[in-house]
Amino acid sequence: MHHVVVERWSRGASPLHARDARAKLLVLLAFLIAVSTTRPQSQGAFPAYAALLAVAIIAARLPAAALVRRAMLVLPFSATFALITWLGGDPLRALALGEKSFLSGLAALLLIATTPLPDLLRGLESFAVPRPLILVIQFIYRYLFVISEQAQHMRLAARSRGASFRASAGALGVLFARSWERAEGIYRAMLARGFDGRFPAFGAARFRPSDAAFLLLSALAPVAIRIAL
Amino acid sequence: MKVIDVRGLRYRYPDGTLALDGVDFDLEAGECVALFGANGSGKTTFVLHLNGLLSGEGSIEICGMPLKRETLPHIRARVGLVFQDSEEQLFMPTVLEDVAFGPRNLGVPAPEALARAAKTLEQVGIPASHQKAPYHLSSGEKRRAAIAGVLAMRPEILVLDEPTTSLDPPGRRDLIRLLAALPQAKILVTHDVDFASSLAARAVFFERGRIAAQGAVEEIARRFNWRSQPVESRDRR
Repeated sequence: MHHVVVERWSRGASPLHARDARAKLLVLLAFLIAVSTTRPQSQGAFPAYAALLAVAIIAARLPAAALVRRAMLVLPFSATFALITWLGGDPLRALALGEKSFLSGLAALLLIATTPLPDLLRGLESFAVPRPLILVIQFIYRYLFVISEQAQHMRLAARSRGASFRASAGALGVLFARSWERAEGIYRAMLARGFDGRFPAFGAARFRPSDAAFLLLSALAPVAIRIAL
Repeated sequence: MKVIDVRGLRYRYPDGTLALDGVDFDLEAGECVALFGANGSGKTTFVLHLNGLLSGEGSIEICGMPLKRETLPHIRARVGLVFQDSEEQLFMPTVLEDVAFGPRNLGVPAPEALARAAKTLEQVGIPASHQKAPYHLSSGEKRRAAIAGVLAMRPEILVLDEPTTSLDPPGRRDLIRLLAALPQAKILVTHDVDFASSLAARAVFFERGRIAAQGAVEEIARRFNWRSQPVESRDRR
C-alpha cells in the first residue's frame, strides 16, 4: 500500500524530517512556482531542479528509486496533455510539461514523505487553510487505509475460492459499501471519545532559527535557478 | 449508588426494525454485569444508547445526569465504550496519539494527555507500542490499545462489546486480569459465559429487544442453555 509506505517514511529521523512543516510547505510553494513558471526553452533549468530534489532525497535518507517510481504515477495524466501539445507542433513545450509535472509530483511526495500528516495539517491550519478542508484531507487519509484493507480482504477471499478479484462494477460496489460501513464505525468510535469535529493537536510546533535558515536557503535555490537559467 | 438508570427504552432502526422494546436497566457503582442474548437481540443497540450514539424513546440517566444533547460531552466522558472491532477504534497515526485522543477532546492539555496515555498503555501491558502505527499491532495488542484509549478518559463506567473476539486464550486470560483490576462499573456484552462468570456476578438476557431475564451468571446461562456444549463424538468426522 503506497500510503502505508509513505506514512512510514514520514516518521523518519533525518535533518529534513526535523524541519518545521510550515518551512517545508513554503519551500515547496517556492519550488512549485519556480518550476511552473520556467520557460520550455530553459531546458538547462530542469536538471538543476532535479539536482536540488536529489540533494533533498539524500538529506532525507529516503530510497530514491522507490520515491521516483511513485512520483512517476503523475506521468500518465500529464502525458495526455503533453501528447496533445506535441501533436500541436510544440515538442519543446510537451517535453517541459512532462518535466514540470514529474518534478512537481516528486517535490510534493518529498514533502509528505518527510512530514507526518498531523504536522502537515497543522502547518496548513497555521496558513489559514479552511478547517473543513483540513478535516476532509484527514478523513480521506484515514479512509484510504480502510478502503485498501477492505480491498485486500476481498481479494484474499476471492483468491481462496479460486477466483481473481478484479475491479468489476459489482466488486467495487461491495468494496465501497463495506468501506462505508467501516467508516461509519470509525466515526462512531470517534464520537464516543468526545470528537467534536476538530482533531486535537499534540504539542505546539516551534519554528526554530534552523527552520528559518532552511526556509531561506531552500526557497532561494529554485528561485535562483529560475532566474539564472 | 446507581450509575446507570434506564427506563422504558425503545428504539426503531430507520428500516423499521424494532431493536429495543421497553428496556429497564440499572447498574450500581463498581458493579459488573454481563449482557447475553442471540445476535440481533438488541445488546449492542442498547449499549450504543448509553454513550448517546443512538437515541431512542424513554429515559437514560448516567451518574444522575439525564442523557440529552447538552449533557452529551459529560456523559461521553463518563461512559467509556470499547467497540467490538478494535480496528474501528484506532484511527490516529500512532498508538500514543490514539490513546491521548479522548483526553485531548476532554480538554486535557497535550503534554498531560500524552503522559496519561503513556501511563495507560503501561497499565494495559503494551508500554512499548507508543510510536507504533495501530495497524502494526497484533489483535490482542489492538484490543488493549482500544481499552487504553477509553481508560485514558478516566470513565466511571466501562462498556465492552464482545471484548474476547479474536483473542487467543492467553490474551483472554490477560484481559480478564486487566478488567478485574479496574475499579469502574462494567458492562460486558458477550457470548462467552466463562469470561462473563470470571468478572460479573449478574447477567441480563436480551431477547427480541427486551430483557427476558436477569440473575446470577451461571443461573442465566443454565436457564437459556447459553454455555457452548461439546459436540457429540458421533457427530464429528
